[in-house]
Amino acid sequence: MSEPVQVKFFARLREELGVSSLNIPAEEVPDLDALLDWLVKAHPQWQPALQGKLMTAVNQNMTSSNATLLPGDEVALFPPVTGG
Amino acid sequence: MRTTAIEVRVGSDDFDVQAEYDALCSHNTDDGAVVFFVGRVRDLNEGEAVHGLHLEHYPGMTESVLQHLAEQAAGRWPLNRVRVVHRVGDLHPADQIVFVGVSSPHRQAAFDGAAFLMDVLKTEAPFWKKETGPDGTSRWLDARQSDTTLAERWR
Repeated sequence: MSEPVQVKFFARLREELGVSSLNIPAEEVPDLDALLDWLVKAHPQWQPALQGKLMTAVNQNMTSSNATLLPGDEVALFPPVTGG
Repeated sequence: MRTTAIEVRVGSDDFDVQAEYDALCSHNTDDGAVVFFVGRVRDLNEGEAVHGLHLEHYPGMTESVLQHLAEQAAGRWPLNRVRVVHRVGDLHPADQIVFVGVSSPHRQAAFDGAAFLMDVLKTEAPFWKKETGPDGTSRWLDARQSDTTLAERWR
């Protein structure tokens, strides 16, 4: 069995979902679009929160396209940032 | 080839502006210009009283984004030293949040490099602010279009 894809949630999104991270079998989420579909399918109540304006990082690099995912990848979903 | 000395720190500890300024200047006879910015917690934001501010971040990614932004600034302007310090955790009105400081032989590069770092930090570094009001209720802040507009001018 290959390493899973780890998904992390931050800030308001983490609070809305009530979870800070989870693992998904890598073969079930070949790319980011598939990962979002997987999350909504597994947790239909998350749909409103996941449809909001979110930023995405793969392996701690911000990405705006539908990136391909590999076993062991770390995906993070979070609201637009508000530091500084 | 210029080598820029970059220092990035993220943590709950407060910072000493004098010490940060001294670190930009000590044994530095190349740079005639130092520009720094300090961001602080206000007691009023968008018409709401603020009693506390919690700063969450994405450990690991935060540091690498700030390091990358400092390197971008150093590649774009002649900066010999760049320092970025950002606090996380629980803060209160008048507390310091962020320090961005640069030194350069020339003032325009120093002004622009510091402004670039602050503007892009606000839209790309994974920090999130949650304010607590006088009644103890808290709310996550929304990102502002004005911040996005300011960051886009550097593209």
